[in-house]
Amino acid sequence: MKLEYFQMVDRIAELDPVARTVRAECQVPEASPVFEGHFPGHPLLPGVLMIETMAQTGGWLVLAMLRFQRMPFLAQVKEAKLRAFVVPGQPLQAEARLVHDGSGYAMVSGSITSDGKKVADAEITYRVVPFPNETLRAQMLETARRVAVPEAFLHG
Amino acid sequence: MSPTFETVAGIISETCDIPREKITPESHAINDLGIDSLDFLDVAFAIDKSFGIKMPLEQWTQEVNEGKVSTDEYFVLGNLCANIDKLVAAKAA
Repeated sequence: MKLEYFQMVDRIAELDPVARTVRAECQVPEASPVFEGHFPGHPLLPGVLMIETMAQTGGWLVLAMLRFQRMPFLAQVKEAKLRAFVVPGQPLQAEARLVHDGSGYAMVSGSITSDGKKVADAEITYRVVPFPNETLRAQMLETARRVAVPEAFLHG
Repeated sequence: MSPTFETVAGIISETCDIPREKITPESHAINDLGIDSLDFLDVAFAIDKSFGIKMPLEQWTQEVNEGKVSTDEYFVLGNLCANIDKLVAAKAA
């Protein structure tokens, strides 16, 4: 994870198009400017970044299911529960399941676990729209390769 | 009132916190009931799930934006229910 760049997902460990699920590995860094303010003397991964981690994990799933032909943008977060503190250096596993692929929107159920214990979960809705430009699509494809989204999911 | 309308009205009432008695077949989801696009996604999800369909919202939006139809075609609830019935029938065929 590079928190200050909003890079929450390090690696896609498993992507199952039949079960419509994804599992990602996310290593919280030992140090980040984020921890200087959140909180001084008591560094914690901000809850909003836990939500962002679930949103990005589910986002990779939606992108892969649509073969990167459309882009999911976060639209709604429901029932977000931040169940435990997450500290610098903590390894996380994020999971998401596609609940519904609607026309122009998608819904996933996301969660984060650490050491076998659930630390967060939420229901997430995306607006799914054509890429606004080729620059973003190219960047998303490049990032997808960096986080090891299987090549078969990158093309229509 | 058709069973489709009763279901859709119930979904809208519950999802958007609108009193059921204010929802009629003549109601326009946006202009009369004030449902915004984000709330409409929740309504669409519940309709898709209830009727086992996938409402083609993108196609409908495109038709409206291109001026082929007015928003009444898809957002006046009586018309919306008729379109839902067509989708259900098409799926069953």
